[in-house]
This record gives sequence, structure tokens and C-alpha cells, in this order.
Amino acid sequence: MGMRNRQTTTYFLETDVIFTLRTTQTLSSTLAIALLLCTSSVQATDVPSAVLSAQAKRIAAIRKASASTVMVFAAGGKGGGSGVLISPEGYALSNFHVVKPAGAAMKCALNDGQLYDAVVVGVDPVGDVALIKMIGRDDFPFAKMADSDKVRLGDWCFAVGNPFLLATDFQPTVTYGIVSGVHRYQYPAGTLLEYADCIQTDASINPGNSGGPLFNANGDLIGINGRGSFEKRGRVNVGVGYAISINQIKHFLGYLHSGRFLDHATLGANMVTDENGAVVVSNIIESSDAYRRGLRYGDQLLSFGGRPINTVNGFKNALGIYPRGWRVPISFLQDGKQIDTFVRLAGVHSPEELLAKVQPKRKPPAPPQEQEKPKDDPPEAKPPVKNNKKKAFSPEVAPFIEARHGYSNYYFNRLNQNRIWDKYIGLTQADKLLGNWVIAGEIGNLGAATINLQANRVDAKLPQGTTFADLDGELNAQDAPRGSGGMLVALHMWKHIMQVSPARFGEVYYLGSMPTPKHSQKQDVLIGTHSVIECRYYFDPKSGHLTSLEMYPDLGVDPCELYFSDYKEVNGHLLPHHIEVIHGEVTYGELIISSYQFPTVVKGAN
Amino acid sequence: MSRLFVKRLSILRPLLIATLVLSGLASSSQANDLALASNTVQSKMVKIYGAGGLKGLEAYQSGFLISGDGHILTVWSYVLDTDYITIVLDDGRKFEGKIVGADPRLEMAVLKIDSQELDHFSLSKSVVLQPGARILTISNLFGVATGNEPCSVLHGIVAATTTLNARRGAFKSPYQGPVYVLDAISNNPGAAGGALTDSHGNLAGLLGKELRNAQNGTWLNYALPIAQLTTAVEDIIAGRTRPRSFDETVKRPENPHTLKSLGIRMVPDVLTKTPPFVDSITRKSVAEQKGFQPDDLILYLNNRRIDSLNTLINEIALIDKIDHITVVIQRDNNLINITLPGQ
Repeated sequence: MGMRNRQTTTYFLETDVIFTLRTTQTLSSTLAIALLLCTSSVQATDVPSAVLSAQAKRIAAIRKASASTVMVFAAGGKGGGSGVLISPEGYALSNFHVVKPAGAAMKCALNDGQLYDAVVVGVDPVGDVALIKMIGRDDFPFAKMADSDKVRLGDWCFAVGNPFLLATDFQPTVTYGIVSGVHRYQYPAGTLLEYADCIQTDASINPGNSGGPLFNANGDLIGINGRGSFEKRGRVNVGVGYAISINQIKHFLGYLHSGRFLDHATLGANMVTDENGAVVVSNIIESSDAYRRGLRYGDQLLSFGGRPINTVNGFKNALGIYPRGWRVPISFLQDGKQIDTFVRLAGVHSPEELLAKVQPKRKPPAPPQEQEKPKDDPPEAKPPVKNNKKKAFSPEVAPFIEARHGYSNYYFNRLNQNRIWDKYIGLTQADKLLGNWVIAGEIGNLGAATINLQANRVDAKLPQGTTFADLDGELNAQDAPRGSGGMLVALHMWKHIMQVSPARFGEVYYLGSMPTPKHSQKQDVLIGTHSVIECRYYFDPKSGHLTSLEMYPDLGVDPCELYFSDYKEVNGHLLPHHIEVIHGEVTYGELIISSYQFPTVVKGAN
Repeated sequence: MSRLFVKRLSILRPLLIATLVLSGLASSSQANDLALASNTVQSKMVKIYGAGGLKGLEAYQSGFLISGDGHILTVWSYVLDTDYITIVLDDGRKFEGKIVGADPRLEMAVLKIDSQELDHFSLSKSVVLQPGARILTISNLFGVATGNEPCSVLHGIVAATTTLNARRGAFKSPYQGPVYVLDAISNNPGAAGGALTDSHGNLAGLLGKELRNAQNGTWLNYALPIAQLTTAVEDIIAGRTRPRSFDETVKRPENPHTLKSLGIRMVPDVLTKTPPFVDSITRKSVAEQKGFQPDDLILYLNNRRIDSLNTLINEIALIDKIDHITVVIQRDNNLINITLPGQ
């Protein structure tokens, strides 16, 4: 059987050599003549109006798309590639393997003829995506992101970019084609550069097109070109290019803005196709969230992330588009019974493992000969910049670069932390509510509840009984009240971060954005570690409100989840009056708040 | 000089306008057609897995259904040189494929799976394309698609219709007849056996094997027109190319030809299917007179396919000594017809 041998080699498309092709020159001069002729001789009356309007539409789409296309040139002639602007502030997408050799800063050209400075923001090495920010304008032309799940086999599409780094005149190359395949799966090199659920096209994708946009016929962005199937014909287009779907990148976009090295997700379970064609669990890690949610060996996977699963490749495609840490709906069949639940996805790598793969250790003085190329690198990726000492950045980019271990550019993490926190604290003014908080109300229909949040202790009178948390004790051992997963400690974490601010809370960083089971709109997430407790704070990007908090007493256990709503003003402070407490998918109770008492007494807003 | 240039341009001008009009039309009216055709052809395509897997030899190729009963047209290649051919339909169903017959002269093979009521291309409804016609090629190039995933679709035009022997010695292929030359990069690894259709998804050709120009190293993208294959496919399906010796009721002559009497000595029969290679030729024999040489591979005897040394011996025993024999042999990359007279 030859099926085991079906894996083919694909290669990546950044370029480090400028090819000058005689044929290209000849071709372009011929085209120039043709264009001259056309403008002079084709009259509207010669051509049916449907044709003219179709042509006009195509010209307009290409014109619109070309303006947002970025031509990346790494400093010092270290290659380059392509990219595409997705916001007026200058955020642009490219490939990890294009940005990697360039380092923290690069030069980017647009077809307005201008060369701009740009810095790396976030990097997704597994998905081969990088977010960069171009500097100097707040009105950059940008591409509209389409819904790439609507892309169909046979649709017209076109790539714009910098093949062979030809665009030294800052005019990108446009290649037209059709969509040759959708939902393609291309194996990773080791654990990096996996192209899941990608779009295959016969539009010419050549070295240098990497990181550049693939547009639909309307000129809206459907993917980021990054790789092609080449074998014996050399590193030129053979009619088979692959683009990372823009819908996958939308999932990662918030994460990319966090200025971190991102990881993709694993379910913690392997799937195989059984003899009946069903996709079943062949192996599952007992510490995984999937296991806690009841998934077991032999269960049939029905759907993942809202997609029906019929093949193992289909599962890999459905999984490969999610970042580490997302909570995704899953349905499976167990003993004839369908179970629908949400599952938290773990990372493919441990954080340090990922960093070791993408960020060479900085041990000054670094002996250059020891910088061995990792095996998992794509064949053409250049070894890291030879000068590992602190580089002096130009004054244009220096303010936007902040090196920090574990981050591709900490500047953007801080930027987003401040954006989220400033907005939230502006609403609540809770940093002014120092001292003890006494919350009174009721739990569901069970009866009255009073919770006294003090500096080193939380006391609660609940319908279920009286209980407390000793905040000077071991926080991870206190799950009071029983069954809540630690509601009292979680409430303390909510109050405490507001009173002391993230800077003095512990280590806090911006994770990115993701939906929650209760919010289909992606929420901004801050992760804070205080003592041994990790807390995740979810904020609504529109209103700025804290919508939920997850308190993880330990690794491998279900968190205590608080869902905040019914924000009402209490003496100039916007505070929630409804907190739902969930632990392990089970609602512990709904806290309906009638009053907040602070050291200076304020009345509730009922 | 410049006047000549202008004159040349004025000749070119109508051509350019025509091209523009065509491309304009294509973008407006065919946009939906291509997507529609790309999707409707999928249920007729199959993925074929067989022998190979060594360096540079992919263990897969493409094919398409040509009957509702599971006949599949594909290219004749080393991939089929195994007892275990796996066919995967568009819906992901897997079947064992059997070789019904092959015609190495056309580098074509017909396989069959055990199934019914399958969507298929009808060879009798195939279309003939002119240069400039917009085309789609559908294949599992690079083995990208597995299971129920759709085959890859590339678009382009027919760049030329020509014959493979038009440039003598350039394309070393047993098939030297008419081909469609395409501007799509269609003939990638694994694409052989795929379908060439017009922009509406009507069958026009069979994607050929990878073919490299021996003189300049470039690769050719081409397809065999279906009209070149139809008769051979019909003969194969009707059993007319099947060796007669497979049929036990066939009448045996009292005095048949023998390899010895013809002056042909074959290689030793050491495998279950030993390829019928000539080992040596007896001096002054009929075979020598008619030009047989050592290392010739015998492909056909009286238009019946010889797949092994054993079949060759059995088939010769069915031909009366007074009748002549037509033989097709392969010598290097050339196919040679030889007639041996009756005695």
C-alpha cells in the first residue's frame, strides 16, 4: 500500500536572492506595448458593456487590493517577502518565516512609492503568521477581511506581492488564478509551520510572495500566501500554492496583538478512523480538559468548533485554526448518548519549549559557531541574525520595540494591558474603593447572602451556610464554598486587582482575545498570577466591562468561573449586580447583588 | 525600422482586441461556470494508490470513472504494478481496484471497482477542444487530497494541439500521437490520470504522465484527447485485448508456433509475473530476420496484451503455425511493430 507514502514536500516562500529573469523583462515590455495599444484603440462601442463592466470591476479590485499590499525588505539585504495591511494604524500580516530573518524591525514599501519603517508585533510560528506594525501614518490603506469559509473551489482569486523581490520599484506583482482546493491540510515541519485548513490556488505563488495576500475577485482578503508544493522543478511556482485562511488568522488576531510568541492548540486526545469510517478517540491524556469533560477512549467525535467531523484530516483542520487556551464547543457520542460541551485547549508546546524553537538563547558572548540550525526549520529559513548583541534601533522604530523574555515585542503587550485596564478602571473607578467591601444580596432563589471582602479574609453568610477564606493561608487549598471551586478566593482576586492595579497585583499580561461559552463576541483577556493562583480576566472590548473571571487554584483542575453582568452605577462607580458562579460546567449559584458597602457607605442602585 | 514596427503593430492590433474581448468575457460569464464545473466533476474523480513510494516515485495517481459500474480510466504506470490497488472515491469510500486491461502504446489503463450507479464521465460525450479554449484540469496532484477531500482544480487554456513526436527526440514517450498542450501547470506528480475538461466540466482529455523535454529540461503540461483512447478503452472493456489463453474453452491448434521455432529465447521464468524480455535470438532465425533483439520487451501478440512470460507462452500455443503473428515490442522508449510470417 502506498498511502503511507503520500506525504509530499512543500517549501516556504521567502526569498533571499533577487532573481532577474530575462523573460520577465521581455514580458513586461510586451505588456507595456499591449497596454498602450489598448488604451488607444479599444472604444467602448467595440466591446459589449457586460465585458467592460466586468473588466472595470476587476481593475478596481486589483487597484484596491494593491494599495494595501506590503513589500517587505529585511534590513541589510537579509531577504524579504510580502505582507498586507489590515488596519489604518498600520497593522499588517505577513509570514513568520518572512519576518524571522528580518529581526525586530524591517522596511516595508507600499505602492504609493513610500518606504515605511515597521516593527514586529506578534508571532505565530506554528501557523507561520506574523503581525507587524508599520509606522508613520494613521490612515494606511488596508484590506477588508472576507469570510474565508465562504471561499469555493473554482472561485477566481488573485495574489499580490513581491515575488523574487522584484518590487524594488515598490510596485507589487499581481497573479490571477482560481481556488484549486479548500480546507487543505499541509503537514508541519516538526511542530512548526503547520498549514491547517488552508486555501490552495493556481495563481502563481513564488518565492517572495510569502506573507502576501490572496484576495477574492472583489479584492477582499481571504488568505496569506505562504507555501507551495515544489519537488523536482526547482523553487518556482508549479501551480500549487497554499494560503493560510484569513478566518484562522481572525482567531489569532487578538493574540497576535499581544506581542507574544503564540502557540497552537491540542485537544489532548488523538483520533483515528475506525472500520466504519467514524472518527474515534484512540488515546487521551487524563490531565486534559477533554478528559475532565468526559471524553474517553473509543468515543466518536461528532463535531469540533461547530464543524462536523468525518475524517481525521477534517479534525486536524478544525483543531489547527485555534490558539492555545481557547474554549471550543465539542460534541461526541458515548455509549450511544450525545454529549455537547466546551473544552479548553492546551498548547502544542510548553512555553519554554516553544521559545527554544523560535528565540535563540541570548547568552552573551554568544559563540557564533554554536548556533546550530534547528531541525524543524523550513529548508530555507536563515539562521538568526549573527549579531546577537543589543542592536541599536533607529529613532523611528526604537520607541515601538521593547525586548522581554518570552515576548516577540513587549511594547504591544503593555499597550494592550493599559488600553483594557484604563478603560475598565475608568468605568468602575474601583481603584478609589479601598478597604473592605461588603456585598449583600441573594443567591438565586435560595435566600439572602452577605459577603465581606477584607484584606486578609473573606467571610460569607450564604443560604448554604456560613463559610470563609483565609487569604493568609494557602490560596490554592481554599475552595469555599464547597462546590463553587473557590468563589470566595475568586471574588477576592476580582477586588484585589482593582484596588492594587495590575502592576502591583503580580505578573500580569495580555493574552489576546477569545470568545467564551457565554460571549460569542471575542473578549480581551488579561492573565494575572498572584501568589500561586492564576486568574483570567475577560473584558468586553466594546463596553470595556469585565464580563468574566476564571480563578485556577491549580493546574489540571476546573477553575471557578464568575460571570459579571447587570452593571449599574453606584455613586459614580459602575459595578456588576449579577454574578453567576460556575464550576466544571455546573452552575453553583447566581449572586444577585442589592447593595455594595464600602468604608464610606454607599447604597446599591436598586 | 520604426515604420516596420508600426506596421507590425497594426497587424497585431485586432488580435490584441480579440484577446481582450475574450478575457473580458471569460471573467464575466465564466466566473460561475468554473466554480460550478470544479465542484460537479468531483464525484467522477478517483484517487489511486498503488506501488511506489521510493525516491521520486509517488505511490499515487489520479483517475476518473467512465461507467456507472465502476470502470476507471487512468494512465498505465508503475503505480498499477501491484496486486493491491486502492481506489478512493470522492465520497471517501475505499475500494480494491482490478486492472481490466491496459494499452502501453497509449500509456492508458482501465481499472474496475465493484460498485454500481456511480457518477461518471461518458466517453461518447467527450468534447474536442481548439487552441485558446478555456480548460480545467482535475487531479490529485502531490497527493494533496485524501479521503473525501476534493481533487485539485487548475485552470488555463489549450495552448496548442500538436503531436508529441513533432519535435523528434524531445519527448521520450511511447505515445507519440496528438496531445493538447496546456498553459496550466497540470502535469505534476500524482496528476497523471486526471481529467481535462472544458470550462463546463465536459470531459476532453486524460492528463498524461510527467514528461520532460530531453533537450532543454522543461516539463510539458499536456493531455491525451479522449478520441485517441475511446476505441482502445472499448476494446479493453469488451475483453477484446484479453489474452485468449485465459479462456479455457478456446480451441488449440495441433501445430502451434513455439518460441523455439521462431528463434526467440526468453529470460528465465523466475517470478509469478516475469516481464517477457527477450534474452537472446537464434542466428538466422525468423526472429532475427525480422529484427528482434535481445532485451526487447514483448507487449502485444496479435493485439492481445502480454503481461508476463507465462501469458506469452500460453498465447503462442494458441496460434497455428501457418498463421502470421503481429508483435508489439518495446525497445528503450520506442514501440516497434513486427510481423512474423506463418510457416
